[in-house]
Amino acid sequence: MALKMVKGSIDRMFDKNLQDLVRGIRNHKEDEAKYISQCIDEIKQELKQDNIAVKANAVCKLTYLQMLGYDISWAAFNIIEVMSASKFTFKRIGYLAASQCFHEGTDVIMLTTNQIRKDLSSPNQYDTGVALTGLSCFVTPDLARDLANDIMTLMSHTKPYIRKKAVLIMYKVFLKYPESLRPAFPRLKEKLEDPDPGVQSAAVNVICELARRNPKNYLSLAPLFFKLMTSSTNNWVLIKIIKLFGALTPLEPRLGKKLIEPLTNLIHSTSAMSLLYECVNTVICGLFFQLCVQKLRILIEDSDQNLKYLGLLAMSKILKTHPKSVQSHKDLILQCLDDKDESIRLRALDLLYGMVSKKNLMEIVKKLMIHVDKAEGTTYRDELLTKIIDICSQSNYQYITNFEWYISILVELTRLEGTRHGHLIAAQMLDVAIRVKAIRKFAVSQMAMLLDNAHLIASNTQRNGICEVLYAAAWICGEFSEHLEEANQTLEAMLRPKVTTLPGHIQAVYVQNMVKLYASILQQKEQAGEKEAAQEITQLMIERLPQFVQSADLEVQERASCILQLIKYIQKLQAKEVPVAEEVIALFAGELNPVAPKAQKKVPVPEGLDLDAWINEPPSDSESEDEKPKTIFHEEEQRHSRHRQPEIDEEELARRREARKQEQANNPFYIKSSPSPQKRYQDTPGVEHIPVVQIDLSVPLKVPGMPMSDQYVKLEEERRHKQKLEKDKKKKKQKKEKRGKHHRHNSLHTESEEDIAPAHHVDIITEEMPENALPSDEDDKDPNDPYKALDIDLDKPLADSEKLPVQRHRNVETLKSPDSEVPLVEKKSKKPKKKEKKHKDKERDKGKKKEKEKKVVEEEEEEVKKVILQDLHYFSSCCYLLLSSFCCLGTASDSFLQVTVSVIFENKSTSFLKSMELNVLDSLNTKMLRPEGSSVHDGIPVPFQLPPGISNEAQFVFTLQSIVMAQKLKGTLSFIVKDDEGSTHEKLDFKLHFSCASYLITTPCYSDAFAKLLESGDLHMSSIKVDGISISFQHLLAKICFHHHFSVVERVDSCASMYSRSIQGHHVCLLVKKGENSVSIDGKCNDSTLLSNLLDEMKETLSKC
Amino acid sequence: MIHFILLFSRQGKLRLQKWYTTLPDKEKKKIIREIIQIILSRNQKTSSFVDWKDLKLVYKRYASLYFCCAIEDQDNELLTLEVVHRYVELLDRYFGNVCELDIIFNFEKAYFILDEFIIGGEVQETSKKTAVKAIEDSDMLQETVEEYMNKPAF
Repeated sequence: MALKMVKGSIDRMFDKNLQDLVRGIRNHKEDEAKYISQCIDEIKQELKQDNIAVKANAVCKLTYLQMLGYDISWAAFNIIEVMSASKFTFKRIGYLAASQCFHEGTDVIMLTTNQIRKDLSSPNQYDTGVALTGLSCFVTPDLARDLANDIMTLMSHTKPYIRKKAVLIMYKVFLKYPESLRPAFPRLKEKLEDPDPGVQSAAVNVICELARRNPKNYLSLAPLFFKLMTSSTNNWVLIKIIKLFGALTPLEPRLGKKLIEPLTNLIHSTSAMSLLYECVNTVICGLFFQLCVQKLRILIEDSDQNLKYLGLLAMSKILKTHPKSVQSHKDLILQCLDDKDESIRLRALDLLYGMVSKKNLMEIVKKLMIHVDKAEGTTYRDELLTKIIDICSQSNYQYITNFEWYISILVELTRLEGTRHGHLIAAQMLDVAIRVKAIRKFAVSQMAMLLDNAHLIASNTQRNGICEVLYAAAWICGEFSEHLEEANQTLEAMLRPKVTTLPGHIQAVYVQNMVKLYASILQQKEQAGEKEAAQEITQLMIERLPQFVQSADLEVQERASCILQLIKYIQKLQAKEVPVAEEVIALFAGELNPVAPKAQKKVPVPEGLDLDAWINEPPSDSESEDEKPKTIFHEEEQRHSRHRQPEIDEEELARRREARKQEQANNPFYIKSSPSPQKRYQDTPGVEHIPVVQIDLSVPLKVPGMPMSDQYVKLEEERRHKQKLEKDKKKKKQKKEKRGKHHRHNSLHTESEEDIAPAHHVDIITEEMPENALPSDEDDKDPNDPYKALDIDLDKPLADSEKLPVQRHRNVETLKSPDSEVPLVEKKSKKPKKKEKKHKDKERDKGKKKEKEKKVVEEEEEEVKKVILQDLHYFSSCCYLLLSSFCCLGTASDSFLQVTVSVIFENKSTSFLKSMELNVLDSLNTKMLRPEGSSVHDGIPVPFQLPPGISNEAQFVFTLQSIVMAQKLKGTLSFIVKDDEGSTHEKLDFKLHFSCASYLITTPCYSDAFAKLLESGDLHMSSIKVDGISISFQHLLAKICFHHHFSVVERVDSCASMYSRSIQGHHVCLLVKKGENSVSIDGKCNDSTLLSNLLDEMKETLSKC
Repeated sequence: MIHFILLFSRQGKLRLQKWYTTLPDKEKKKIIREIIQIILSRNQKTSSFVDWKDLKLVYKRYASLYFCCAIEDQDNELLTLEVVHRYVELLDRYFGNVCELDIIFNFEKAYFILDEFIIGGEVQETSKKTAVKAIEDSDMLQETVEEYMNKPAF
């Protein structure tokens, strides 16, 4: 032994320490790599030794090597060993190494959970500090979840050194485990007013970082920060606060005004450039805008066109970030629309987009419509048109209160001559008609009118762009034909020969929707029993469809001929007087819903489908890569040469033209582009007799019978006025009931946007998503953005489900850390003894009753914690029971306490146990929490069954009125025993002992705080004395700590002071003195009953020694 | 938030690295190489701020040693310079007229000081006195290397 000792010492003398290593590396500049690999070998040897000092030295050297770029991940386990050293010297090195080389991928990191927890609760503040520092570097989501609660507790540690570290680490924890934010936030807020400036600045730091990412959740803190800002002199803190205000002011413009003064003061007075810069920066980004906008107004009002233009340009830049500050200048912008300079008008249009609201949308659009009429030049008019549509449709039609108005605006827009944006209007019509159910009837009637007047739209070749709207009109009339009042007329309008002059894709839609219309008319007529009318309409279709069959457009032709055949068949059936309408209408059954743009992305990948897998083996790279392209290239060249024919002279061209004309004339499918449309119809049979009236008007005219959007504006105004009056009446009533007529004036003209209710209930149909897809906007978020997850409403009260997770003792068993294994072994060795003891007791009691069921005693101290609802205390405790051991976890609210009791059931028999039900006889103080509606005599079912030899744990919740007295509750467990012979119903009685000690939380306390507590004088005192104690004082203290959840504050010789706290916050202080064969305990506590009960319990424990 | 702090010599030798975001080693090495190269290639008279990817690099040279912090877009560059300066002051106070060799040979101490000053990328202690005191107090707990060499091995 002695030899080994000496050998160890000598060995160590030859060990290199860090300085030697550094020196060595510097001396081996030429063969550094070789030297280092030699050192690493030595380090590996050192790590194999048992001596922790040697290991720590090795790890320290490794950390240095890591910085030089060498991989030391292989030593991760050794690092953990050093981290768990009891000496601070080594622990510190271990944590440093861990913080340098651990990252989320390090798998051994999960082994550290318990070690870190132990260090966090260490009485030595530097142990805690070093653990927190390390944690800040390598915290993983798992660690964050498991340790959130511990760190949160440290935020109220007695030492500011720990508090400030804990506060800062919490930020890291929030990022990794966002669920912890809400439960921890109240305490974090408290820390803003911490007496220690360091802690305060830490809290400011964390909240500022949080708030910068999601400012809207932190608006409520503004007054508090304002106070801090005006009172603090610490520049570090000030900078953070000012930054925070920079984020808050865009959300709350009123803040800006308040801030100007203190910020100006700071700018004038501070000598710190960084603070000055921060102030200026904030002012520029936030407050300055209001001022800027005012100045810009002067620019815009200026007569100089250049200034006006620049003013508007700058304004639109501000609009992007601060729309509110620009909105108040709407009048000015609208004025600019009248400007003679087109580029100024365009700028003003850009601005309008951001200025609309529910209230002013109609007004603005009305103005724009006037401009549309007046506008010269198609570019500007097109720009106006797109802006009108943009403005109205922005954010899912957010600002439209009356869709009838919008449809009529769209219809009015169709009067535009020569616009290129017909398809835009069409798309809007379709979108609104499909998505706003309530508007369909109106839309259909308008569209029918459009179809009726199609000649106005389509007649002029210049107006070709606008004929796109007919596409929408035809589709809407067809799809929603049930809303059509005069379907016959519309059908006829669609069958007019003029239709064939429309572009092919529109004709195709016409043809398709004609049938829809036809089907619904047919159904109507058949239901009404007008067979002749039904046959007439069929005849009409058969007469008119051939003109489409002859279309040059393939799509039109195909559809038309298909449908013609179908209708001919229908005619045959009709002749036989067979009802056909139902079948025809079935062709178009079902509703078409819009599909969300993200729908494709949301389609879940079916199981077993690997999208990345090759369907066919990929072609090998070597395969004729150089040959193929060559041939392609070669062919191409040939083709080129073929095209590039020698120049064609005029004569040749003329000759060819002639030949082509000839060819076309002979081709029945070629429609000549002759200028007169009548000529074209000559060879189409049965259309000559239809007179085609060509109305060519130079002035755009009102489509006859169409409601003007202005009417709607008026109607809407009236409606709003009425609404307002009604509301005012109500308000007046309320006011009268309340008090004075004081505020009435204000309420009359401060009508907020939200007050305007839409004209009729408008349900915008949500777009369709594939099954199993969540209708969330998740994919808008960047999944890698950790701050998004922290966008949490902090003002909502905490729900029960939001408590921080608490480590149960079960978790210990899953961990493999060498440290946690030790208590585990102890535990196991204790269990059997107790079981046997209890077993015997019970057999004595119960006589020969076969023992089927057994509860395991489990002594577990530290691991059981739970967050308490409001104060977020956690505590660990266990109920130590006569029959079974219960772990007691508590949650306290103001009026009463809730305690969760864990019961471990172990089946010791050879039979199967099921239908277990646990019932307890409630006392006045302690009641079991049963599901609502059940009586006090009902038991609570245990949520599992027990096969032989298996144990499992169930939890039951109890409510308590007070914790000052111990409670024993009688209970019964009923269960069904199932074995080969059949099943029997049996019962097992037990007692549930809630000792006072189980309500105590082991809370470390420092001697200064302890002394203060004793001095405070509001504690009751009591004492006991127990004789015949033979065990050592150390052992005795350990027993008190263990069974009664105390911690030692100070120990001098055979005298010790101890401290603990109850879940309700009672302080309990003890002074334990050991004499010869006796022990005296003096206790002090806020509650005398609690104290005397605790002392009695202690007496009982000690007398057993 | 500070994303990482690097200390390196004029020769481009890394003297200290502290990461407040977790990254794989390979990535770190790449970044370190890139940043050292960027900063060393800059003229003495240029400003201390460099835009780098979506971060900002703030650096300052003290004697032969460069101190470089990577901060976020919204962070205050001047404040970061003050952070660097404060760290140098802390080192100076602890080592007494600090030089590069102090940091090389006591690199773990340099880390401990940094840890007392900055935690998780945020300044934790703005008072010089408190920070140095915390380090000295924890050093009291630590036995010196000599003591440990002279102790028996068990």
